[in-house]
Parts: sequence; structure tokens; C-alpha cells
Amino acid sequence: MANNNEIKSSGLVGWIDERFPFSSFIKNHLTEYYAPKNFNFWYFFGALALFTFVIQILTGIFLTMHYKPDAAEAFASVEYIMRDVSFGWLIRYMHSTGASLFFVVIYLHMFRGLMYGSYKKPRELLWLFGVLIFLLLMAEAFFGYLLPWGQMSYWGAQVIVNLFATIPFIGPDLAEWVRGDYLVSDATLNRFFAFHVIALPLALAGLIFGHLTALHEVGSNNPDGVEIKQHKDKKTGIPLDGIPFHPYYTVKDLIGLTVFLIVFAAIIFFAPEMGGYFLEHNNFVPANPLVTPDHIAPVWYFTPFYSILRAVPPILSSQFPGVAAMGLSVMIFFLVPWLDKSPVKSIRYKGTLYKKWLSAFVLSFLVLGYLGTEPSNVWGQFPAALPLIGGGDVATFVARIFTIVYFLFFILMPIYSKKDIAKKVPTRVTMP
Amino acid sequence: MKKQLFVMICTLFSAAIFAAENVSLQNAPIDLDNKNSLQRGAKNFINYCLNCHSLDYMRYNQLELIGLSDETIKRDLLFTTDKVGNPMSISMQAGEAKNWFGAAPPNLSVTARSRGSDWIYSYLRGFYRDKSRTLGWNNTVYKNSAMPHILWELQGEQIFDVEANKLVLNKPGVLSPDEYDQFIGDITNFMVFVSEPNQQKRKQIGYYVLAFLFLLLVLVINLKREYWKNIK
Repeated sequence: MANNNEIKSSGLVGWIDERFPFSSFIKNHLTEYYAPKNFNFWYFFGALALFTFVIQILTGIFLTMHYKPDAAEAFASVEYIMRDVSFGWLIRYMHSTGASLFFVVIYLHMFRGLMYGSYKKPRELLWLFGVLIFLLLMAEAFFGYLLPWGQMSYWGAQVIVNLFATIPFIGPDLAEWVRGDYLVSDATLNRFFAFHVIALPLALAGLIFGHLTALHEVGSNNPDGVEIKQHKDKKTGIPLDGIPFHPYYTVKDLIGLTVFLIVFAAIIFFAPEMGGYFLEHNNFVPANPLVTPDHIAPVWYFTPFYSILRAVPPILSSQFPGVAAMGLSVMIFFLVPWLDKSPVKSIRYKGTLYKKWLSAFVLSFLVLGYLGTEPSNVWGQFPAALPLIGGGDVATFVARIFTIVYFLFFILMPIYSKKDIAKKVPTRVTMP
Repeated sequence: MKKQLFVMICTLFSAAIFAAENVSLQNAPIDLDNKNSLQRGAKNFINYCLNCHSLDYMRYNQLELIGLSDETIKRDLLFTTDKVGNPMSISMQAGEAKNWFGAAPPNLSVTARSRGSDWIYSYLRGFYRDKSRTLGWNNTVYKNSAMPHILWELQGEQIFDVEANKLVLNKPGVLSPDEYDQFIGDITNFMVFVSEPNQQKRKQIGYYVLAFLFLLLVLVINLKREYWKNIK
């Protein structure tokens, strides 16, 4: 990749270049990194995810200066940040809103990947890095959610850690090992704090570096799924459909960034609780191990997976099948590059079968997500007279249907992606 | 795709209607720009509530945000402490309080955020005489609440008419029903302020930030057009 011999620099930059690949780095990754010229708005979300990561790190540093990871002081220290630290409320709302928007951006980024086949050869490893980032991001969010030490923090952590306890044989010991105590307590808060502020951010930074390195090695996919490196200028070797990332995509990403900031600011300044979805009402009650809330729901970004957990009925009075299904619903993303047998990458040239399955998948993700925020009796019960389902919760039944659809999207992918009648892919990218 | 998206959105919205609360609450008259109401609320809260309920996360001098001066706060509102920078704490011990009432009265600093203003307002309206309870009072919003009706002299005595399923004023209090509603409305308004003292400032800054970002958006759109005009 490096072509140091071409660089002619002098002065300070020249001094640095003799000792460190500064100019060649800028060239290889910005000014002479060629990206397809036909990106649409779906291609904003990768850069936005990186931006959100930086926001979370920066606001996190300032929160750490004032927060007390101590069961007796944690809740009060968050209120101290909200009231007594100058602009503490802004930093805290940026961090809490940033967490939710991180998931919005990541989900849209992943959907983009599914639409345009960004996981297909040669981008399998790039996709694996991405799914790993998603997994760690979920862990990062989970650990962070305990820190305000409100009722939802506490009972949410209790429920999730207890999931480990359902694993046959080693479960109870494992859960105790994770908590560091027989129930979620000060010991748990301390270790979750350590994971949240250093262990996972460090791992995430490393994985993001790997994700970007893999991306710049294979080059970006695009809405047409055409490999731009197959059509290079004979003299310069530059892809004919490629344009330098800087300045073209840096200025274009500024538009995406500004729109993102408008949404971000609107939430921070006018609806930081987002109607109880970003900051749950019950989390303004300090954690109380003796009072279990009526309704424990995870934050919205976990609810599709939480719904799957609840939808799977216990087998032999063990909750483990539900836990396994939930784990599988996330892990299954790792397999996508090998499940898709379609000859084309982009949804633009795939047949209607893939479009229908992807729509069904998105619909089930959204419905499961909604149902996960509500108690399972939210839609009432079926009349008792009905056979089989009589007396059961309507919402649980719906969640089961959509859980099946969710998994079928992946399980049947090798079949329908093969059967699907693909259209002819153009040799060069098309501009919108 | 578009049609499917529309169906999804419809499903979500229709589902949201199902999620409505089962207790009907009255709308609290919240107006955080009404400094008079907030000041009355502060006075009422300190006189009637702050003996049992603390506002531990709130400092007295933050009352400057509702237009009170340090001198006024010191002269009229400091009963339990002597410094204006102190938190609005109480001297009652939680352990003792638990023995007396059955449950320690909670710190109310962020209750407006956990329960919501309508809940607080309706709760303060919902006390009625119930001989079966230890302290003689029950509540329609929070059944078997440990709290006695502190404001009964002001509101008077309500009884619960089971047949009509509503509260009836049995003995009138010092205040008329309208005056009482305003009294507790002010307290509720004050509690909403206390739950996030910086919220008005937050919204104010928000307008400037959004105005700036919209201007920036125009700028970056034009910048992009300029750079991209030769890309075909």
C-alpha cells in the first residue's frame, strides 16, 4: 500500500517524513484513498459511528472526573453532575443521548451492509470486525447502564447477569463470578465501571482500527455493488469510478454530520429523556435491592433481542433455550457472508425474494423492538375458547411469530438467495 | 420498500395507543416561566413538605434561578440550615421516619422525573378519609400510601364515594377547591423545576445551537456542491 518513494516533502513535514510515514499515511487513507463516486446517504453512517465513538470517549472522560463508582454515592454523584458541575447536564445528556444514537447509527450502518451486500467477498473479514464491534458495543452499553445506579440500572443488570445463571452446570457459579457477589452490589458496580471506562473502550478502539484497516485494504463497496478496482485508468492506475476520499467525501460527510448534529442537539436540548426511551423514568429512583419494579425493560436498543429471549418458552423449566436464542440472534450476523449465495451484491440487482425477506426481517426487528419495551400482556389475551393459543398473551404470540421470521431470514438465506433471479449488474457504477 | 415502511410506522403508532396508563391523572398546570408560581411553590414546599421530605440534591442558592435573591432566601426560606450554599436537607432520620410512618418519606429532588408532574398533582388531590388506615388517610392515585394528608386543613376532608367512584368534599378546608388546586399546582410546578434546575437554560441554549447548525447546513451543502460540480 505504501508508496513512500513518490513523496517529496521538505521543512518540518520533510523532517517528520524521514522518521515517520506521515505524508504517506495522509495520502493512502485520505487524499489518495479512492472511494466509489456513487455513495448515497446510507454511506454516512460509518463516519457518523466513528464520530459518536469519539463523542462518547470525550464526554466519558469528563463524566469520570465527577462520577463516584460507589453504590452509596453513585446516584447522588450523577445528580451532582446534573446540577453543580458547570455544564455537567450538557455533558451527561450528550453521553446518554450519544449512547442511544450510537445504536441508531450502527443499526442503519448494518442495514446498509445487508442492502448492498457489503459483507460479500472480499469484505468478509471487514464484516466480522463490524459484528465484533457491535457485540462489544452492546457489552459497553450494558456495563455503562448500571453506573447511574437507578432502579432500572440495578434490576436490568440483575436480570441480564441472571441470564448467565441459566447456562447448564456452570451457570450459577458463572453469574456469581461476573457479579463478584451473590447479588448486584457495590462490587459489581466497581467492576462494571472498570469495564465501561477502560477495558471495552480500549478493545473497541482496537477493533475500529482493524475495521478501517480492512476497509482501506479492500476498498469501499457501493450501492451498485460494482468493484471499482476492476476498471482502472491504464496510465495512473486510479479506479475510473473512484474519487479521492479527501476532499470529496470529507465535504460530503460534513452534510451528514451536520444533519446528525441537528438531530443530536434537538434531543439533547429539547427531549433528553426521549419520552422515557433514552433515559427511563424509573431510573430516577435510586437502586433498591428490596423493591423489584413492576416492569423491567432494557433500554430500547436491546429490546429486539430481549423480545426473542421472552418469546422462547422454557424447556424442562429451564430458561436457557431463550437465552441461547437471544445469543444466537446476535451471533448469527457473523455467518451472513457465507449464508448469502447470490451472485450479486447489491439489492438493486437482486431479485424480489431477497427484497421481501429483508423487509420481513426489518419488520420483525422493529416489532420485536417495540414489544420488548412493553410488558408481555400489552395487547391483552386471546379469548379462552380458542384452541391452542386460548388465554395466552397476544404480544407473546406475535413475538414468537416474528422471532421465527427473524431467524428464517438467516437460516433460509442460502436457499432463497440462490433461487432468487438476479438482474444484470452494470460494469461501471451508476450515478444517482 | 416505501409502502412497507409506512405499514411499519402505522403498526408502531397504533401499538403505542395500547400502552396508555390505567389510572386517570389530572393535567398539572406546569409553567416553568411563571416565576411567581415557582416562588409560591418554593414557599409552600418549604413550609409544608421540607420537614419530612428532603431535596438533598438541590442547594438553596439554586433558588436564584426562580428569581429569588440570596438575601430573600436567607431571610425567608432558611429554616433547617444556616448557609445558603447548603443542600435542602431535613433533620429527620430515615430510620426513625420508617418507624413512625411505615416507610421513610423519600427525597423528592427528582420525583417529578420518575413519577411525572401529573402524578404528583393528582396524588396531592387524591387524599380521602379512610378509618382502616393507621394514620386515617388513603389515596386514590397511590393506594395505601404511607403518607398522611398533610394539607387537610387547606383542602378539607374528602371521602371516597364508592358508588359514583369519585372523591367528594365532605368538610371544606381553609382554601376553596380552586385555591387548593392552585396551591398544589404551584408545589408541583416547583418540583418540576427542582427535578432539573437547568432545564430552562438548556432549552434557551438549544435554540441558538439549532439556529447555528441550520446555518452551517446551508454552508456545507454549498461547499459540497462546489467541490462536486465536476463529478459526473
